[in-house]
Amino acid sequence: MPLLEAIDVHGGYGGMNILNGVDMTIESDEIGVIVGPNGAGKSTMLKAVFGLLTITQGEIRLRGEPITNLSPHKLVEMGMGFVPQEKNIFPSLSVEENLEMGAFLKPATASRLKEQIYEFFPPLLEKRRQPAGELSGGQRQMVAMGRALMNEPSVLLLDEPTAGLSPLYMNEIFDRVKTINAAGVGVLMVEQNAKQALRIAHKGFVLAAGQNRFTDTGEALLNDPQVAKSFLGG
Amino acid sequence: MNELIYFFNYVVVAGSVTGSIYAIGAVGVTLIYSILRFAHFAHADMMTLGTLIVLLLTMAFPHAGDALGLPTAIVMLPIAMAVTSLIAVGIDRAFYQPLRSHGVKPIVMVIASLGVTLMLQGLIRLFSGTGAQSLYVDARKEIFRIDLPGVTRPIILTEPQIILFIVTIVAVVGLHLFLTRARLGKAMRAMSDNPDLARASGINTRLIITLTWVIAGSLATIAGTLLSLDVAFKPDLSFFLLLPIFAAAIVGGVGHPYGAIAGGFLVGFAETLAVFNWSVLLRPIRDSLPTWLELPNNLALVGTEYKIVVPFFILVAVLIWRPTGIFKGKVI
Repeated sequence: MPLLEAIDVHGGYGGMNILNGVDMTIESDEIGVIVGPNGAGKSTMLKAVFGLLTITQGEIRLRGEPITNLSPHKLVEMGMGFVPQEKNIFPSLSVEENLEMGAFLKPATASRLKEQIYEFFPPLLEKRRQPAGELSGGQRQMVAMGRALMNEPSVLLLDEPTAGLSPLYMNEIFDRVKTINAAGVGVLMVEQNAKQALRIAHKGFVLAAGQNRFTDTGEALLNDPQVAKSFLGG
Repeated sequence: MNELIYFFNYVVVAGSVTGSIYAIGAVGVTLIYSILRFAHFAHADMMTLGTLIVLLLTMAFPHAGDALGLPTAIVMLPIAMAVTSLIAVGIDRAFYQPLRSHGVKPIVMVIASLGVTLMLQGLIRLFSGTGAQSLYVDARKEIFRIDLPGVTRPIILTEPQIILFIVTIVAVVGLHLFLTRARLGKAMRAMSDNPDLARASGINTRLIITLTWVIAGSLATIAGTLLSLDVAFKPDLSFFLLLPIFAAAIVGGVGHPYGAIAGGFLVGFAETLAVFNWSVLLRPIRDSLPTWLELPNNLALVGTEYKIVVPFFILVAVLIWRPTGIFKGKVI
């Protein structure tokens, strides 16, 4: 049974459909990457999975259980983690408090997990008492991912985790995503840095106009001349 | 020296009393703003309502405090805080929650809170009548005079003032520890920072909203009761409180609890200094003044009856020159 499954998903904001039938499947040992041009509905799809917009048609399942249009709160309880692209930290809270908020539903495991997160993202350890809003872009992204990981999710949704980061930090973040996935967390992420992202992807979904245009392994998509020409800039 | 003691009694003590009350009121306003994003105009009447409950309980059991050696009103305070919190949560469920679920603009919430304030004013008068009443039912206020060597004028402190200082310190320290140490307190700050992310972290935002009303209702009861112990309970108390506590919250930077405390004391002291009779302090040097300069009997910036213009002036000045407040808060 797949970890996360989206079947013919339609939806959007205020009656206007942005998604016009998207299909996606990922297993718990997989990284799925959504790429595509601006306005293709990449982030919208991720938000649809996390219950942030109304799905008008189609279904989403988590380990076979229908989760279509469940509230984010419920989905977090079911083991889903979501890192938005923007406003993904609590700026006036310290790094440590940001992490604690991620474990709000599981306060008992918070201190143990915090130590693991600091091992995983070493730069955060020395900044743990500092307000998260004062950190650099890359470190903020670490806080954001750390917060989501504190809930021990079985599937992690990342919305453009490397947007605006330097290439150095970008590689660092992709590296971390691979490690997270190796620990048994299924990852579904939207990426603008399509080539680099597809390199670590087990599955790639190329969206255009709210529909799947190509769906294959990351490697196959990278080597597909048609994908390369239309979506990866040659 | 006598003049300094006069200054201490009429500025330091009086300013701290007013400041404490404004600070506790403003913290409530600022907490509601930071969680629910609207200016809660019914807050001053919530203070009056809490005080009314204390008054009613005190009248029902006038000697409940005797055994503890405390004014009965103080003994009744925790019960009244609980009742007021319940009413505050009830008001939220009945009036604000339906509007929130419709996703209305903040201004609609503000107007709704004006409606609530008018309703509360009517209800309060229904139970208390329109006159002033002392919270010391069947008892006397104790007054402490502290004589210092070498001066004839004593430092004067009343029992309610001493209680007020203790309760204010306990409330402020308690709130600080709650916001920085408790899991729910941190969640409250998180929700104020980024409500969407709070939801995405699994924080129960409904619970946080309820908690906000419980804290705001409790603090409102404390502030109103302490003020009424010092003077008297009046059903139109809110009229004199609304402007200063909003001025304090805005001066401190809206959404900033520590700013609200600082703003409360700033407004409280400004008010006290403005009505203070400076001629008393100048009397010792009266003889050295040129003859054409006659010292008037009363030399205050504004008369006591116009005290309310002081917070109003501060409010306007802050909005013009520093709309974010002394601590950077969220601009309304």
